Amino acid sequence: MKKVLIANRGEIASRVIRTCKRLGIETVAVYSEADAEMPFVKEADHAFLIGPPPIQQSYLKGQEIIEIAIRENVDAIHPGYGILSENATFVEQVQKAGITFIGPDATTIQKMGDKIEARQTMQRASVPVVPGTDEGVSTLEEAKRIAAEIGYPIMLKASAGGGGVGMIRCEDEQALGQQFDSVKNRAKMYFGSDAVFLEKFISNARHIEVQVFGDYHGNIVHLFERNCSVQRRNQKVIEESPSPSLSEEARAQLFEAAVNAAKAVNYKNAGTVEFIVDENEQIYFLEMNTRLQVEHPITEEVTGYDLVEWQIEVARGNELPVIDQQQIELSGHALEFRVYAEDPITFMPSPGEITKLDLGNDDDVRIDNGYAENGKVTPFYDPLISKVIVHAATREEAIEKSKAYLATLNIEGLKTNLPLFSEILNEESFIQGAYTTSIIANWLEAQKGEKVN
Amino acid sequence: MTQLKSSMAGSVFTVNVNVGDNVEVGQVVMVLESMKMEIPVEAEVAGKVTEINANVGDFVNEGDTLVTITE
Repeated sequence: MKKVLIANRGEIASRVIRTCKRLGIETVAVYSEADAEMPFVKEADHAFLIGPPPIQQSYLKGQEIIEIAIRENVDAIHPGYGILSENATFVEQVQKAGITFIGPDATTIQKMGDKIEARQTMQRASVPVVPGTDEGVSTLEEAKRIAAEIGYPIMLKASAGGGGVGMIRCEDEQALGQQFDSVKNRAKMYFGSDAVFLEKFISNARHIEVQVFGDYHGNIVHLFERNCSVQRRNQKVIEESPSPSLSEEARAQLFEAAVNAAKAVNYKNAGTVEFIVDENEQIYFLEMNTRLQVEHPITEEVTGYDLVEWQIEVARGNELPVIDQQQIELSGHALEFRVYAEDPITFMPSPGEITKLDLGNDDDVRIDNGYAENGKVTPFYDPLISKVIVHAATREEAIEKSKAYLATLNIEGLKTNLPLFSEILNEESFIQGAYTTSIIANWLEAQKGEKVN
Repeated sequence: MTQLKSSMAGSVFTVNVNVGDNVEVGQVVMVLESMKMEIPVEAEVAGKVTEINANVGDFVNEGDTLVTITE
């Protein structure tokens, strides 16, 4: 593998380019008109404009990207996360063109991309799933009957959804009645399928996921867990590895279930098995993401491995760099903060020009950055500007180091969620490691209370 | 006459009304999409939709007039 095209943008494109450069692999970037001045375009050895800003007219144009790859004689395509990374049709087209796809095979992507089929596959592999429907629900009457059996609150989810999109919590039958058609319509519009299903909403839960890796020689290993419970709108904001306040017994169960899940689909390359862990440490399979995750750097920090390099090695047909699970060691504690262009209280998008981008100069803190000063964060893509990744010997040290570093970060010209981080880092439930997916909602409620008082 | 303006830059995701429709306060007349988030545009007054200035897929800037409602 001598030349790789990165079918993505922003920080993840820069991240993949970095590893390729270290491995002596030439890189090709594709970019939209909105991203012409982005750092990743300059960092790649070659860069090609693919279209106007809307994602459907640029980064989602799989066939055109493949044509560039053929013309440029690339050996492989790295899809990053989001965009085309979990599009089975794209993977088939890439392979048909004689190009290696750096990710799992199309069949696995399809199986795990359909959340209903993923649930069924996991049940067959004896991996516990959240109580819910095992078939698509087509009518509101059926949904109401099933919800009454499962018990409210429930989550109504698009079968083909992901990334927090296409899911809504319903507290009661009235809410389900109001949301049912809307979720179906959105599922059809966003994902091309209006299949929806119901899951019990697990209260006071933690969102914990396990990084898995497989190769073409039958090896499957895990690289420990990440706690991703600090979320807003079902999307992650702060992640940490390892998870605090998890018993060794529950941790072992998570690893076993994740490896079984990966084995059940003969998994190859990087994947993540997401779980909900309730207050009694009962674990439930949520979904499997068949790609590199946004939060992969914290796993890299605590294991010392470069996961993009592992992806490339697997795609080359080599064995995983480490195949003996016992040899994979966890060292210290890592936290990741997603710096979003958004209001820190309402979480409303805040596109605009970054007039000042001072990322500090602490060599001991990792920044996976996507933008340059004077760059524009446009409304066309997600709001992620940078990721701050802090690694230390203990969780307490990692928190203190994060507080010190984040206080020096300065981004001007648009709103960011930076002020939220210091609030969360000072939250008692966060400090104790006892927080759940309600942490941000609870904090907002407390803020309202304080204002009233 | 009340003009509903866009609160931010984004694309028009859905247009939920037609010219001539009567709308109530709080009714979602349009949904915008910005940074992968849907932002509903609600009628601030009750009345008749007399003009629609944006179609599905159009890009709008902050402050652009989207819908005009005549009370």
